[in-house]
Amino acid sequence: MELLNAFILLSNFVLVPAIAYGSQLALGALGVTLIYGILRFSNFAHGDTMAFGAMVTILFTWWFQSMGISIDPLPTALLALPFGILFCIGFVLATDRIVYRFYRRQKAAPVIFLIASMGVMFVTNGVVRFIIGPNDQKFADGERFIIKARTFKQMTGLEEGLSFKVSQGITVVTAILVVIALFWFLNRTRTGKSMRAYSDNEDLALLSGINPDKVVMVAWIIAATLATIAGTLYGLDKSFKPFTYLQLLLPIFAAAIVGGLGSPLGAIAGGFVIAFSEIMVTYAYKKFIAYLVPESWEPDTLVQLLSTDYKFAVSFMILLLVLLFRPTGIFAGKSV
Amino acid sequence: MIVTLLGLACFALLVVSLAPRLVGLAPLPDRIRNVSLFAIMALLIIIVGMIQSWNVALALLNLCLISSIMALGVNIQWGYAGLLNVGIMGFAALGGVAAVLISADPVADAWAAGALGIFVSFILAVVTVMAAIYAYRNMAPSMARGLTLFAIIVIGLIVIRYFYGPARDAIEDVNPASEGYLGGLGLPIILAWPVGGVFAGLAAWLIGKTALGLRSDYLAIATLGIAEIIVAIIKHEDWLTRGVKNVSGLPRPVPYEIDLQQSQWFVDLATRLGQDPALSSSVFVKLCYAILFTVVLLIVLWLSERALNSPWGRMMRAIRDNEVSANAMGKDVVARHLQVFVLGSIVVGIAGAMLTTLDGQLTPGAYQPLRFTFLIWVMVILGGSGNNWGAVLGGFVVWFFWIQAEPIGTWLMQTITSGMAEDNALRIHLLNSTAHMRLMTMGLILLLVLRFSPRGLIPEK
Repeated sequence: MELLNAFILLSNFVLVPAIAYGSQLALGALGVTLIYGILRFSNFAHGDTMAFGAMVTILFTWWFQSMGISIDPLPTALLALPFGILFCIGFVLATDRIVYRFYRRQKAAPVIFLIASMGVMFVTNGVVRFIIGPNDQKFADGERFIIKARTFKQMTGLEEGLSFKVSQGITVVTAILVVIALFWFLNRTRTGKSMRAYSDNEDLALLSGINPDKVVMVAWIIAATLATIAGTLYGLDKSFKPFTYLQLLLPIFAAAIVGGLGSPLGAIAGGFVIAFSEIMVTYAYKKFIAYLVPESWEPDTLVQLLSTDYKFAVSFMILLLVLLFRPTGIFAGKSV
Repeated sequence: MIVTLLGLACFALLVVSLAPRLVGLAPLPDRIRNVSLFAIMALLIIIVGMIQSWNVALALLNLCLISSIMALGVNIQWGYAGLLNVGIMGFAALGGVAAVLISADPVADAWAAGALGIFVSFILAVVTVMAAIYAYRNMAPSMARGLTLFAIIVIGLIVIRYFYGPARDAIEDVNPASEGYLGGLGLPIILAWPVGGVFAGLAAWLIGKTALGLRSDYLAIATLGIAEIIVAIIKHEDWLTRGVKNVSGLPRPVPYEIDLQQSQWFVDLATRLGQDPALSSSVFVKLCYAILFTVVLLIVLWLSERALNSPWGRMMRAIRDNEVSANAMGKDVVARHLQVFVLGSIVVGIAGAMLTTLDGQLTPGAYQPLRFTFLIWVMVILGGSGNNWGAVLGGFVVWFFWIQAEPIGTWLMQTITSGMAEDNALRIHLLNSTAHMRLMTMGLILLLVLRFSPRGLIPEK
């Protein structure tokens, strides 16, 4: 019984949040890795693209809410998501047309693309703050919990409760669906195959008649879709604040690099590695240990490896370790 | 009247220096163009002095000087060697920490309460890292090695926390309202400037050692990370820098206004010049800062120019322009990159310490990546990457407009929205959002310069 309690405790505070957070990071990292694979630069604007997509979704959510449209018990944001995606795709394609295409024609160095993406980041950030303001925005509605901690306790008679938020459930389900769709697209469709070919060997792909403009456009469309979904899910699960998306950039990059830049499978694995380490390292194990050991051995400290203030230091440490020991990442991405 | 004349002169110089390039005529000789660009900058600051006040103009000038030094540091990394540092904020913050650790008065009670514990945990951290490295080097790659490493790190962290936690709490309990930290060494704050450089250099060495030699993006991402972490440490380690409670009242390298107002010679001087002593004392203090900063700027600029025009500088540019061939010529590309990365970060660290000196306080909440990292990037790109004078000019121009954009933006928005009703929601929203316009403007400047004039205002020779 004690063992079961300990397990439930860990699930409630580590397993479930980490799976949800990991899915969000994985979706973000997939976008970064895709752009890296096709356009060959690290897109610093990705965090703010997520914020932009989420912002449009929020605006539509408010509009729907004001008209009384809802899909209770699910949050209205899901209904608004397609509109967010459309606007985000439009925005991203516009930046590509205005900013990146010029450098692509010039065959500029990846570093120039990177700096240009910093400029785009600036502008996007400004646009988002200009439209929705720098503050926290609430847009979650509908049912909040799939399982409440109290209901779980009554159901099982255990001391520990397990709560499962709707936002977490939606995050995981959406992430799985999106990843399946993405892999189906990359592996089964003609466009997807041509994208992989382009990513593997650009010259060879061009020789075999693949249209680079189309490949790039599809890459941006997918990246914008992923970014909007990831941004909205993160906003639903935690809260929407433009600045947090800037801070998400680090764990997302870490996830993409841990998995190997350019490798979609790696990005997913990387997302979960980062999320689990971040939450496991900053979780206080006091209560967990108390369940497992005799009462006299109970620790008096929190048994927390690292304070939660440093949670993004974890992703940074992992990033450094990967750079030191396996620079191509777990799934051996590409190197320049 | 004078202001109008100065404004006209400014405009004329601008046309003379930039127009030939725009309309495709033969450009002016470099020297004349550069001098006129700097003259415009000087005129602009003088105009601000005449319209707003000399206090505002000098405050602007001081920050322009510091920005220029930071931009010089980034130019050393990006302009000389093509290294992308996206963590300028972190290196500047380390300079700020140095200012506190050197100049603040030591808190004796806090030292007695917890310095030993902090010291022990520091030693333990070093031991843990050494043990992990030892295990990694001396064990065959296997599952066992991985587990051993994991065990060493986890045990190390637990033991460190055992010593560190109580020591931290003890220190933070000492008079928490005004102290609650170890304090500094109580030395003159000028000493903090080189020390800030050393701190930043050490951090840069650590990052460079890991991320250089890999693909270029990795350095950018690693620096982005280290900057976030440095700022997180400053915000949360109250025993070190009081965290978000800020350390204020750092000593100054220049006189205090109140002392000046009470000293006879200054009051005499002010009355002889026909000025109000209270007002002129603060102008005088800012002037002292400006002189100090100018001296540092000139030293750094002189050294940078010497380095750039030396065989070393040529080698750096050769490496930047073609790593493969430079490597084939027998140049150790990774080692040179590490060297130049550390050097540039040292300059940024010095500037960071100077900034904290000028503010007289360390406010960790003020370290925002957009202000400290990306703004400096705009300075370097706009000024002309690879050219030290360009970086200095970029620092002046961008900081000037970063500050003046606010009044200009407000005025612009008021003019645009003047047709709307007082309580129009859109009008209120627009007026409140002018602050965010600065971000957008800076982003646009970066993109426009990168696209249409990638060599910047003062191009590399």
